[in-house]
Amino acid sequence: MSNAQSGSTQETTESRFEQLGYRRVGLYAVLAAVAVLFLVPLVSGLMTSIKGGNAFATTLPFVPPSPAVATLEPWSTAFSRLGRSMVNSALVAIPATILSALFGSMMAFGLTKIDWRGQLVVVTLLLAAVFIPYQAVLVPLRQGWSMVGLEATLVLIPVVGDALAERTGLFELIVTHTAYGIPICTILFRSYYQKLNDEILEAARLDGAPERRVYRRIVLPLSVPMFAVTLIYQFTQIWNDFLIALVLLNSPENFVVTMELNALAGSMQSMYNVQMAGAFIAALPTLLVYIAFGEQFAKGATV
Amino acid sequence: MIERLVQRLRQSADSGTDSSRAPRSSSGRRADGGERSEDGSRSSSELRSDGGVNASESSVNRSDESDPGQSGSLLEALRRNKFVRSLPFWLPGFALVAAFVYGAIGWNFLISLTDWEGLGEPDYTTISLDTYLQLLQDPAFRNATWNTFVLMVSFTVIALGVGLFLAILMDREIRFGNGFRTIYLLPMSLSFVVTAIFWKWMYNASDGVINVALQTVGLGAIAPDWLGDPRFKLWAVVIALIWQFSGYCMIVYLSALRAIPDDHYEAARVDGATTLRLYRRVIIPQLRAATMGATVVLMVFALKAFDFIYVIYGGSQPGPSADILGIMMYREAFSGNPEWAYGSAVAMVLFVLALAVIAPYAFAQYRRGDL
Repeated sequence: MSNAQSGSTQETTESRFEQLGYRRVGLYAVLAAVAVLFLVPLVSGLMTSIKGGNAFATTLPFVPPSPAVATLEPWSTAFSRLGRSMVNSALVAIPATILSALFGSMMAFGLTKIDWRGQLVVVTLLLAAVFIPYQAVLVPLRQGWSMVGLEATLVLIPVVGDALAERTGLFELIVTHTAYGIPICTILFRSYYQKLNDEILEAARLDGAPERRVYRRIVLPLSVPMFAVTLIYQFTQIWNDFLIALVLLNSPENFVVTMELNALAGSMQSMYNVQMAGAFIAALPTLLVYIAFGEQFAKGATV
Repeated sequence: MIERLVQRLRQSADSGTDSSRAPRSSSGRRADGGERSEDGSRSSSELRSDGGVNASESSVNRSDESDPGQSGSLLEALRRNKFVRSLPFWLPGFALVAAFVYGAIGWNFLISLTDWEGLGEPDYTTISLDTYLQLLQDPAFRNATWNTFVLMVSFTVIALGVGLFLAILMDREIRFGNGFRTIYLLPMSLSFVVTAIFWKWMYNASDGVINVALQTVGLGAIAPDWLGDPRFKLWAVVIALIWQFSGYCMIVYLSALRAIPDDHYEAARVDGATTLRLYRRVIIPQLRAATMGATVVLMVFALKAFDFIYVIYGGSQPGPSADILGIMMYREAFSGNPEWAYGSAVAMVLFVLALAVIAPYAFAQYRRGDL
C-alpha cells in the first residue's frame, strides 16, 4: 500500500498529465482494486438476493447463482413486505424535501441579499444546528408532539378527518424533517447566493420592486441549479432517516421504509436472500437519484 | 437610547441607503485575501451590534404607539430598514429551527435535571444535578463514552486517510475517472439501515462474504465471529462506516486539490523538493480547511452511528463492547423500562461532545470570513 502511494505521489510532481507507463498501469490497478473492494458488499448482496431456498448458504456468496437456484422470489417476498412503507416514506420525504428547500432558499435570500447587521449570528446558529446529533432532541420531540395533540386536531377536519388522524405520525414526521432540513438547506443556498451578482437585484430595487418580487422574479429563477442539489440531498437524507421515525411512529401501518426493513431483518433472521432484496428495494429510490444525478449529489456532499 | 435608534432608522430611510453602517456589500465579501482581515474585524463589530438592532426594532414599535404624530415617517423608516425587510424571509424558518433545535435542546436539559421516568409530566420544581452525578458513577456510561471516543477517532482518522489517498490518485487526467468516482461515492447514498443489512451478511460467521473469502484462500482458521466476538464488535462498525464515507472524504479532498494552483507544484520542484517533502510541506498544509470540514462531518456521523449499530445488532442491546452513547441514550429513554431524565442526561453529553467538535470549526470559519 505504502509503495503504491509513494509511487503515485511522485507521478503527480513529475507531471500531472504523464504518458502511459508502468506507473500508470499501477495507478489503474490500485484504483480498480479499491473499486472492487467498494463493490463487494453490493455485488454479493445482489447475488445473494437472487438465490432461492437455502442456496445462499451453500454457494459462494459473491458468485452468481446457478440457473437451478436462480429466482426472483426473495425480491417479491421483500417487496410485499416493504411496499406500503415505501409509500409512507414517499408521503413524508417528498413534501418535507420541497418545504425545507423552499424555506432554505428564502432564508438564504434574507441572510445574504438583504444586508443587515448581525446576520452572521443567525448563520452561525444555523451552522451549529446542521451538526446537532438528533439524540439530543428525541425526548422533547416525543413529549412535545404528544402535548401538541395533532391527532385530536386532524380528526376535526370534515370528511377526511378520520383517515388523516390515522396518519398523524406521518404529518409529525413531515414537520420535523422540514425543521431539521432547514439549516443545511440555508447554508447550501447561502453559499450559492453569495456568488450571485447584486447588480440586477439593486436595479430592481431602484425601480421600486419590493423584496418579495425581487426574490420571486429574479432570485428564484436563478436558483434552479441549487434547488436540484438541495432537493437531491434532502430527499436522500429524509428517505434514509431511521432514528426520528423510530421515535415518532407507533403504528406499523405508518412505518417508513427504513423501519420496515429493520423489522423485516428481525423477523427473517436467517433469510439473507430476502434481507438483501429488501435492502436493495429500500435503497432503490436513493440509488436511482444518485445514478441519475451523481454530479449534483457530489456537489451537495462537498458544499 | 431609544431616540438615537429611531433617529438612526429615520436617517437610513432618508438617505435610502444605510449610511450609518459599514457598506458590507457582498462584492466586498467576495474580494480576495487582501481584504480578509478588514472583513473579519468588521464582521465582529456586526456581531456585537446585533442585540442593538433587535432592540431598536422592538423599541421603535413601542414609540410608534406612544407618538402617533410621527407614525407615517416611522412606518416609512421601518419599511426601508433592511433588517425589517429581511424578516419575512428568514424569521418563519428560523422560528421552526429555534423551536425544534434550540428550544428542544433547552427542554432536554431541563428534563435531564428532573427525575422523570416518562409517565405523566416531569416535575420541574425539584431540579438537581443528581442525574449527572449518577451518570458519572455508572460504569455503562463510562464504557459507552470510551466506545464512542474510540469509534469517532478511529473512523475519522482512517476515513480521512483513505479519502486523501484516493484523492491524490485521482488528481490527474484519469480514464474512467467519473466511473471510479461514482463507485467510491456510491455507498454514501445508502442509509445506515441498508448498510447494516449488507454488512450483516458480509460479517456472517459461517456463510458470510468475509469469512468465506478467508476460507477460500486457506485462512479459514483465523476467520472470526465478527458480530459475536467482543474484540471485533466495535471494529465491525468502524470498517463498515469507513466503507460508507471514505468516498465522501475523497470528493472533499479532490476538490481541494484541484483548487491548488499548478505553480505551487512548479515552484516546489524548482526548489528541488522531493515528492514526500512537497506533500508534507506544500500540499497537505493547503488541505487544512478541507480536513477540518470533513473531520467535523465525520465525527458527527460517528456520533450518529446509532442507526447502524441498532440494526446490525438487532436492537438497543449490542452488548458492552459495541455500546455507544447514542445507543445508551435510546435504551434509557425509549426501551421497555424508560428513564427519560437519565436518557436526556446522556443526550446532553452527546450534544456537548458534538458542540466541542463543531465550535472550533464554526469559529475558524467565522474568523476566516467563510460564513
